[in-house]
Amino acid sequence: MSLMEKHAIFEKNSIVLLVGILIMVAIGGLVEIVPLFYLKSTIEKVEGMRPYTPLELAGRNIYLREGCYLCHSQMIRPMRDEIERYGHFSLAAESMYDHPFQWGSKRTGPDLARLGNKYSDKWHVEHLINPRAVVPDSVMPGYPFLAKTELATTHLQDVVKTNALVGVPYTADQIANVAADVMAQANPDDKNVGAFLQRYTVTNSKGEKISTPVARDFDGNPAKVTELDAVIAYLQVLGTMVDFKLYDDKANLR
Amino acid sequence: MAQQELDHLSGQTTTGHEWDGLKELNTPLPKWWLYVFYVCIIWSVGYYVFYPSWPLVSSYTQGIFGSTMRSDSIAAYEGGVKARLANASGLADAPLEQIKSTPALLEFAMANGKAAFGDNCAPCHGSGATGGPGYPSLQDDDWIWGGKLADIYQTLQFGIRSGHAKARDSQMPNFGKDGILNKEQIASVASYVVSLSDTSVKAAADGKQLFSDNCAACHGEDAKGNLELGAPNLADKIWLYGGGVDKVAAQMTEAKHGVMPAWEGRLDAITIKSLAVYVHSLGGGK
Repeated sequence: MSLMEKHAIFEKNSIVLLVGILIMVAIGGLVEIVPLFYLKSTIEKVEGMRPYTPLELAGRNIYLREGCYLCHSQMIRPMRDEIERYGHFSLAAESMYDHPFQWGSKRTGPDLARLGNKYSDKWHVEHLINPRAVVPDSVMPGYPFLAKTELATTHLQDVVKTNALVGVPYTADQIANVAADVMAQANPDDKNVGAFLQRYTVTNSKGEKISTPVARDFDGNPAKVTELDAVIAYLQVLGTMVDFKLYDDKANLR
Repeated sequence: MAQQELDHLSGQTTTGHEWDGLKELNTPLPKWWLYVFYVCIIWSVGYYVFYPSWPLVSSYTQGIFGSTMRSDSIAAYEGGVKARLANASGLADAPLEQIKSTPALLEFAMANGKAAFGDNCAPCHGSGATGGPGYPSLQDDDWIWGGKLADIYQTLQFGIRSGHAKARDSQMPNFGKDGILNKEQIASVASYVVSLSDTSVKAAADGKQLFSDNCAACHGEDAKGNLELGAPNLADKIWLYGGGVDKVAAQMTEAKHGVMPAWEGRLDAITIKSLAVYVHSLGGGK
């Protein structure tokens, strides 16, 4: 019983107990988390992933600002019911350029991991302005001000640079042309569209195109680039970068 | 342990802790509980052996069951699809027309189509498929791109103005915005178009001629539309963007174009087939 006797030191000194707890938690963390950073199998090898375009990134920041993540997750769990409803389960690679990721665990609304290309831009415009205009029993709040607010692009280049700093592979060319690319993606008639598409097209090792961004007037208002343009550009790209026809499920079982 | 104090009333030892004269009995955990706990600890070792668990330097222990969350979920998903298809196994290869005439296939396609419709189509077309402004009703027989099974199937597969290479696509000119017609001419045409189905509206004198010159190429001389071009029938009372002279004039001035996503790749082939059969059966299938 001498071990039991020694245990009394933890029970009688709160600081010793605290240090003991910290050591235990640290061991758990080291064993569970650290391997994910060095094991190569953590992030699948996929083709098609690219950094967000500046407009999509701006939309993502608005998504965070408005707290969309409080009701919407962005991770399809590897479970039958999730796959049936939302499509292929999410891959780690699909959120490797997300800082921070938007996996979430609270679903008042549906999961958005594969929302891209599921509905038309017009549907998103109507739905974001007043969700009940298209989904009568929706409990989502409306965001009509997004359509009226011009997108603030002042700090967008800094946002892109910060993402590059934490490991998103933006090229110098992409960082230098942030302002031009925002305008080009929201306006298909812009003179820089070609250069923009070129900058964000993903090609494989053979030089074949895997994924291309889209440039169009997302909010249906060609007069200005609004926050709604940015949000819809972001929503329409979610889960669309990886081409699952090319993805090898067998090689990535874990 | 020698100097442990015995509580005479209960016959148990005390922990030796004392608060204002109150002492705590040292009651051991029930034996059965303690042994169950030890067995659980031993049992847990089995997980290390059978399931993926410990990280190593360049990989991790796989477990001798070879089981992973991903393979399990894929197997469960495929198993579910297979189980559902047990009574409708021919659906994947059956021609669309044949599904309608085979009760087992039809029953499955209708149930599967209804479920998929609620998940994927209802947000735009409404849960009752009655549509709304800008989203066509699928309950009537007024089709924009064709109401035959094959037409519906094609629309579902590739979408309308979806960006898919095989998508259905057509553009109505902006007669007003691009200066093809002036305001008065647009008002004349609009009054003519509305008068075709609403006798209370009087068509302007030059409306018919202007329609014939500008609109008939796509919508037809009789204004009954052209399914090949996705040009809607203008001679009935069904309006995609609202009826009345003002709404029609607005569409002529600056045309709105509906977009339907392509479902190929997002939904599996059987589900798209089921949806085609389901939508076709809603009331307006040709």
